[in-house]
Amino acid sequence: MTNYLLRRILLAIPVLLGILIVTFTLARMIPGDPCKAILGEKATKVVCDRFMEEKGFNKPIYIQLGIYMNEMIHGDFGDSIRYSRPVTLILMERLPMTIELGIFAIILATIIGIPLGIISAIKRNSIIDVITMVIANVGVSMPVYWLGLMLAYIFALQLKGTPLWLPPSGRLTSGLTSIPFYQVYGWAISKGSATSYIYEFISNLYIFNAIITGQWMVLGDTIKHLILPVVALSTIPMSITARMTRSSMLEVLGQDYVRTARAKGLFESVVILKHALRNALLPVVTIIGLELGNIFAGAVLTETIFGLAGVGRMLFEAITARDYPIVQAFTLVIAIGYVMMNLIVDVSYAFIDPRIKLE
Amino acid sequence: MTVISQPLSNPSNKPIERSKIDYRENSLWRLTLRRILRQRSAVIGLSILAFLILVAIFAPLIAPYDPEEVLIGKEDITKRQAPCIHIFGCPPDKPQHIMGIDGNVRDEFSRVIFGTRVSLFIGLTTIGFAIIIGSSLGAIAGYAGGWIDNVIMRIMDVVLAFPSLLLAIAIVSVLGAGLQNALLAIAIVNIPRYARVVRASVLCVKELDYVSASRSLGASPANILFVRILPNSLPPLIVRATLGIAEAILEAAALSFLGLGAQPPTPEWGSMLGGERNQVFTAPHLVFYPGIAIMITVLAFNLFGDGLRDAIDPRLAQQGTEG
Repeated sequence: MTNYLLRRILLAIPVLLGILIVTFTLARMIPGDPCKAILGEKATKVVCDRFMEEKGFNKPIYIQLGIYMNEMIHGDFGDSIRYSRPVTLILMERLPMTIELGIFAIILATIIGIPLGIISAIKRNSIIDVITMVIANVGVSMPVYWLGLMLAYIFALQLKGTPLWLPPSGRLTSGLTSIPFYQVYGWAISKGSATSYIYEFISNLYIFNAIITGQWMVLGDTIKHLILPVVALSTIPMSITARMTRSSMLEVLGQDYVRTARAKGLFESVVILKHALRNALLPVVTIIGLELGNIFAGAVLTETIFGLAGVGRMLFEAITARDYPIVQAFTLVIAIGYVMMNLIVDVSYAFIDPRIKLE
Repeated sequence: MTVISQPLSNPSNKPIERSKIDYRENSLWRLTLRRILRQRSAVIGLSILAFLILVAIFAPLIAPYDPEEVLIGKEDITKRQAPCIHIFGCPPDKPQHIMGIDGNVRDEFSRVIFGTRVSLFIGLTTIGFAIIIGSSLGAIAGYAGGWIDNVIMRIMDVVLAFPSLLLAIAIVSVLGAGLQNALLAIAIVNIPRYARVVRASVLCVKELDYVSASRSLGASPANILFVRILPNSLPPLIVRATLGIAEAILEAAALSFLGLGAQPPTPEWGSMLGGERNQVFTAPHLVFYPGIAIMITVLAFNLFGDGLRDAIDPRLAQQGTEG
């Protein structure tokens, strides 16, 4: 097991190096003079030369790559051009939003997708099965931003004035603020230290922050603001999970040991839940893990629609504004998150399925 | 008289007289076609696709207006006007616009109709490009093995390590916004999937006897690869491609929605939707119809692809997972 883990992690290293090279190349290839982009159009030649010297832009490309890798490995992402603030700090402010959104979307997709898939498989070709599969097929074919806009139209406009009304954008109603837990408890933090980044990260997980500090108004409001984006973001993973569960269940239900379990006279619920489901879940777990990685891509669109200040929207804005340090850092973080997700999925096989010996 | 049973075309297992069998029936393609036609989802998907292709071909005949024609001064209408359909009670003296008027005073219905051309074109060209490059790389990797295989596939892994839409966004930002660059970006992002499919099937068959036989007969590597090995990877490739077209259309629409793909005034559904997204509360029809159009097109390819997979992959069909 340890061997397998080690080997799997070692295999991820070349991929991570490749990701570093790709982000480096992409950022260097974005058209435009880096000096002019960072210091403004009016920068003189002397200023620019000094800047190029300082940043190492006039060195051979492989040395630049080396400098860049060294910085990345030390977690030094530099300062944002547009905001003139450390990229790491911006990341700590934006990442929690996307994590909250992504986690709730995946939870929703799982708790609805798996039961739907099971029911479809058990009642194969029944009207429930047909309806579920039609919905699942439509779900994977729907543009997530279109669904988001339609949800906003229905819940924020058509249902205005009813208890079902939901806010169409933002994280909190204006006027409400989420007070960071360290301020509530009066903990002093030194700006720029590693601890301050971690505190910043935790306090930007609004739901978690609200729970530990007892800001119930903020909690309710945050949840209300999250519902529509979460529903929109979860449709595709939900549809995929339902389809995967159904086909995996059908496969397992045809196995001999399921027939044996039935022949023994076990209750149908025991056969389904204990014998069949546990074995059918393996491919479903894989799919859910991979979908979690894809959430970031969906987040770009969902965050844009719902005006949420998350990683996806930030990255998109940074690309259009040529904010290289943010582009490099955010793409890197997302890609690493994606690779880690794949790694976790692979390793989790061993825990879910005792038949798999990972030697 | 000899009788044989014919399991696929004769599920009831009744014996058939050999003399009555038309041997053409048994060709691989006909059997596959028959299996595809027995898949409900494939038939539905194929019907929608046929309909969409007809719409794309006859767009100028179906659309009442030129998709880029600004109607200011030509008709008594205002921008973002709601749909006006005569049989649903719209006064007959008003011009009929069944999907309303867009923000630049153009007929939305005509734009949606012409959008079919753009989307089908996007799906086919991107995936076509990805297949050509991807399968060549996959074939080389699988056939050559060794370090060539390692280098090619590790590069593919790196590309796959980025969520596809994000990588496409990054590539477009390097190349510059525009439909052509968006197509190229989506094609690049899709290459690894086809490389993997083809490599897998090449690895499967390259040591089989009939390949060794060709080799010992002196066939050139290119001949072995293209004539003996690659045809085997066609079925999984076709399935993957059909589903891939669906994804490509969605991704291209998303890029255009973000303003990175097709630029106005091209009637592209994603950019039509993106351009009017802030008007969703005042003119919901301008968001609704392009979205529905994207959904129907993607759904058609998804249904057809699912049906194809169940028909082509006998392992799945036997397990009874066909929809």
